[in-house]
Amino acid sequence: MGMTITEKILAFHAGKDSVKPGELIDVSLDLVLSNDVTAPIAIKEFEKIGVDRVFDKDKVALVPDHYTPNKDIKSAEQAKIMRGFARAQKITNYFEIGRMGVEHALLPELGLVLPGDAIIGADSHTCTYGALGAFSTGVGSTDVAAAMATGKVWLKVPPTMKFIFDGELGQWVGGKDLILYLIGKIGVDGALYKAMEFSGSAICNLSMDGRFAMANMAIEAGGKNGIIAPDDITLSYVKERAERDYKVYESDDDAEYEEVFKFDASSIEPQVAFPHLPSNTRGISEVGEVKIDQVVIGSCTNGRIEDMAEAAKVLKGNKVHRDVRLIVIPATQAIYRQAMAEGLFDIFLDSEAAVSTPTCGPCLGGHMGILAKGERAVATTNRNFVGRMGHPESEVYLSNPSVAAASAIMGRIASPSEVA
Amino acid sequence: MIYQGHAHKYGRDIDTDVIIPARYLNTSDPIELGKHAMEDLDGEFVNKVKAGDILAAEENFGCGSSREHAPIAIKAAGVSVVLAKSFARIFYRNAINMGLPILESAEAVDAIETGDEVKVDTDTGEITNLTKGLTFKAAPFPPFIQDIITSGGLINYTKKTLKARR
Repeated sequence: MGMTITEKILAFHAGKDSVKPGELIDVSLDLVLSNDVTAPIAIKEFEKIGVDRVFDKDKVALVPDHYTPNKDIKSAEQAKIMRGFARAQKITNYFEIGRMGVEHALLPELGLVLPGDAIIGADSHTCTYGALGAFSTGVGSTDVAAAMATGKVWLKVPPTMKFIFDGELGQWVGGKDLILYLIGKIGVDGALYKAMEFSGSAICNLSMDGRFAMANMAIEAGGKNGIIAPDDITLSYVKERAERDYKVYESDDDAEYEEVFKFDASSIEPQVAFPHLPSNTRGISEVGEVKIDQVVIGSCTNGRIEDMAEAAKVLKGNKVHRDVRLIVIPATQAIYRQAMAEGLFDIFLDSEAAVSTPTCGPCLGGHMGILAKGERAVATTNRNFVGRMGHPESEVYLSNPSVAAASAIMGRIASPSEVA
Repeated sequence: MIYQGHAHKYGRDIDTDVIIPARYLNTSDPIELGKHAMEDLDGEFVNKVKAGDILAAEENFGCGSSREHAPIAIKAAGVSVVLAKSFARIFYRNAINMGLPILESAEAVDAIETGDEVKVDTDTGEITNLTKGLTFKAAPFPPFIQDIITSGGLINYTKKTLKARR
């Protein structure tokens, strides 16, 4: 019997010829990630284990991105715990403010995550790297503590669900819309404990940035990982960045899937997820009149250069509505620089948007864009749970960057075709 | 271990943002986190919950963020056991790794109402609703996970395995 791409990567990292869904295995890791929210607990737990050093100082990544630049004394203390640990352990991949970026945009950009890798991170959106054909999944701080000591994690091999998107994408439709549409169909626990494999002609034609957005949100369907087999687009992205060997896997033709879904991508319009679940999706034509107070364009889902360009295309020549705050956050320093060099910042500033240094701040209601009671935001982020961006009685609507930009101009949720 | 207390029951898809809102994540102090457990879902939860009480919920409990602050906050608020129809996978791992007992049983959850006196035996998976006089059996953990639990969590388990390797 053949294996899926997920099973092949897990088998290799467990030192086995093959694995089956349900099997409990010990997996050797290529990278262990943590951030300023999850690392302080991981460090405290690591110190209880009684080893002096992390398993490999090159294979631990620490990124201060959630409450940084620090918003208050408590968050500064948290970041300091991580900084101190990084220095004491001589962690190669610690990224200080000015060099850091939103973790799931930064690590692929630097070539620290590569096809065929096995990666865990104490951040639920660690599943993003599946876009490169890696197995990556989110865990908690204690798992990271143990992995920093041993280089390993225990995993149960997940069954795989296959999602085939065929057909040509319409204008203003991208990876974000495909994944929102999918979550709308299967629900926030539709892929609970499962591997989600994305394929089909629409996926083959999707840019790397679009693929990252898709894999990023596998967790919003409860998935263990999201994965796309590497192709020429993946390899050209990786070749520019890789400084070590990597391995390209793909699923066997006779691999066993728990379920196979087929979607006609050409019939999918831009999607909006209504409060308070990412599965509460509607096509843009079904939205109706929803007035908004804030728009956030950024995050590990849609803060990449293509997202910046898409937003700028809609914003060009327009002003943000008088009653709306637009916050634009390029996800890394390199994206920031490229957006500036390509003149996108002029468009953002001319439209009267606020542009920020990289941070996860508003996505999780941490800082930089907290909503007051009764306020509504459109965000290119990944979650719209109760109180996600601030007051428990505020609301978050999830969309792609072009819908977010059009909404900022119109003062209500709007289609980019209305303004651009 | 046997736990006994009053049940507090909630619905499906209880996410980590309502279990412990991100505005409190600038600390990892359990006592501070415990003060805000379940705050955005039920502002009265921390006043109602008594040490040893049991939390019951429908499907997909703990979905969303990987924040271990979620099981930490629940435990620090006094909850001894969480019962649900199903758990989100990161929450499930986190609870096992840090030693918060959790059990999956749709039948037990269906029979529980807030205020019921419930007894849970985590060794056998037996859940007894003392108020209603009903007994249910949750699926037992695989031996490997049982080993983590009896070791006192993943850190102790890791200590043990590293020692054995030397």
